[in-house]
Amino acid sequence: MSILTWTYIMVGLTFALYLTIAWVSRVKTTKGFYVAGGGVSPLANGMATAADWMSAASFISMAGMISFLGYDGSIYLLGWTGGYVLLALLLAPYLRKFGKFTVPDFVGDRYYSDVARFVALLCAIFVSFTYVAGQMRGVGIVFSRFLEVDVNTGVLIGMAIVFFYAALGGMKGITYTQVAQYCVLIVAYLIPAIAISLKITGNPIPQLGFGGTISEGANAGKYLLETINGLNTDLGFAAYTKGTKSMLDVFCITMALMVGTAGLPHVIIRFYTVPSVRGARLSAGYALLFIALLYTTAPAVASFARYNMINTINNTAYADAPSWVKNWEKTGLFAWMDKNNDGIIQYSKGTAFKDKPTFTKETGAHGQRLMSNEPSADNGNEVYIDNDIIVLANPEIANLPPWVIALVAAGGLAAALSTASGLLLVISSSISHDLYYRMINRQASESQRLTVGRVMIGIAVCIAGYFGINPPGFVAQVVAFAFGLAASSFFPIIVLGIFDKRTNREGAIAGMVIGICFTFFYIVNIKFMGGTAWFMNISAEGIGTVGMVINFLVTLIVSRLTAPPPPEVQELVESIRYPRGAGGAVDH
Amino acid sequence: MEKSLAQYWKTNLTYMVILLSIWGVVSYGFGVFFAEQLNAIKLGGFPLGFWFAQQGAIYVFVVEIFVYYLLMQKLDREYDVHE
Repeated sequence: MSILTWTYIMVGLTFALYLTIAWVSRVKTTKGFYVAGGGVSPLANGMATAADWMSAASFISMAGMISFLGYDGSIYLLGWTGGYVLLALLLAPYLRKFGKFTVPDFVGDRYYSDVARFVALLCAIFVSFTYVAGQMRGVGIVFSRFLEVDVNTGVLIGMAIVFFYAALGGMKGITYTQVAQYCVLIVAYLIPAIAISLKITGNPIPQLGFGGTISEGANAGKYLLETINGLNTDLGFAAYTKGTKSMLDVFCITMALMVGTAGLPHVIIRFYTVPSVRGARLSAGYALLFIALLYTTAPAVASFARYNMINTINNTAYADAPSWVKNWEKTGLFAWMDKNNDGIIQYSKGTAFKDKPTFTKETGAHGQRLMSNEPSADNGNEVYIDNDIIVLANPEIANLPPWVIALVAAGGLAAALSTASGLLLVISSSISHDLYYRMINRQASESQRLTVGRVMIGIAVCIAGYFGINPPGFVAQVVAFAFGLAASSFFPIIVLGIFDKRTNREGAIAGMVIGICFTFFYIVNIKFMGGTAWFMNISAEGIGTVGMVINFLVTLIVSRLTAPPPPEVQELVESIRYPRGAGGAVDH
Repeated sequence: MEKSLAQYWKTNLTYMVILLSIWGVVSYGFGVFFAEQLNAIKLGGFPLGFWFAQQGAIYVFVVEIFVYYLLMQKLDREYDVHE
């Protein structure tokens, strides 16, 4: 059977599975809709959190980024896992004991203020929309590459599927679908990784393999990482295992990603779904274990790919290049501009030509696709490689059968859909619960609120789909926003809300507003107005760390200068510190 | 009762401080600030600093969360605040 047939079968089967789960777990109550009735087992919640967390970017792009960045890629590995320690120790158990539905719920109640609630609500919606646009695009891209349908059609199909199971099952449907999606995506990630590890190092465990020796070819017997260091420096790149960024910047970016992770509403909300405080602590452990399975494999895949890429491409005649090169050239993820007309691919540091490849309809002397881009004169590099190839082309590089390639497509879709659905639920619950029920219509009946929740999912899917079809040019830039804003807004005031009884309404609002504004304008200045990183050369990706520190300081100082919170709020803080009495999530 | 609850909370904070210190040391200490120096040590084919940044710190994170879970489960029972 062909790859395409296999892909249709794989994707069809997994979609049918998701829809069946959604139908079985459909809900009739708001509690089921927002927090899955608070009855999800820690193990299942751990898997769902892992799927929720690992997006199309983690699945498709991350290994590729690390492959090109080498040591500097560690910021993503550390940043996107370390936040779970903060979650498990500082947030999850207490928010579970608090036992409401959403993050703005906690902020609004703890700071006895609808202003604080509203600010938190706006942050939650903004952060989630930023994120979800990228996911819908991811769905479209996987569809277009593997199923040969138009990107836009892919986005529409993805929208329909997500809408169906999110609106029907709410958090409950999403949770159990995410469990299935985790299984699909991790199997799809590990099979090619193990195969490549075996092929290059002879070790079936990728995590160990990339510290081992190369098993065949000219470099047989040498340590893989040392060999890559050598290849990298020969071609003008920095050594693979050494960093190029400043330590302060690496620290700030990693910290912003960690704290941002712990402050992301779609991650926090998952810990409301388990039945107990104990369950919240345990399920954070499971979540990180399941995430770590992929996150420790990714850097191994990255180094295998780096070795393989340089070895098979550089100084190879285009006519002799392996078939995956030509397959991915068709999709525009790989391009070769024969700058010195020798028919041989030369790969080295620098960009081969300006911007992304714009292909003309013609092909060159060796059959390669020609481009209208202006070649860069300052380097001899002839190759353009998109980060995403690393994971997507893995099965072909390892000569795996077509069904594995199909499985990778299904895995990419699972990663994108699971994250998108979690985010859509946050948007829907923010509007239908925090805005409509808590602030507009306190008399709304259960069924009215469910209807509003479902309608909001519909509207959110449409907006997300719109951005998926017409991606704003700045999708890559806005990721810095999502983490920076989550780090500089939610994290400090939730932590202080739990650990400092004296923190009051005035402090929290001042801290949130000043933290966000600082981070927001710093990022806008760099990313959109061409400004410089004026604060100690910290990049836009890392400034959330500084915003977080500012938020902490402002909140603490303003709280000390104004009246302490009322006694009942101090009692609330006292009560969330002790696990006993955490019933189901309370509807207020 | 009040006193013992205060004691419970204090022990919890101690656990947290210890675990978060380890968290900081393996990721930022070994993986970032002292990575260069640690890279002189080799763990098989891995330079040690690089290994902490791309593997070791993540393993430690996972273990830490489970350790905290077990410590707190014991503490909850000791002070009779478990669910």
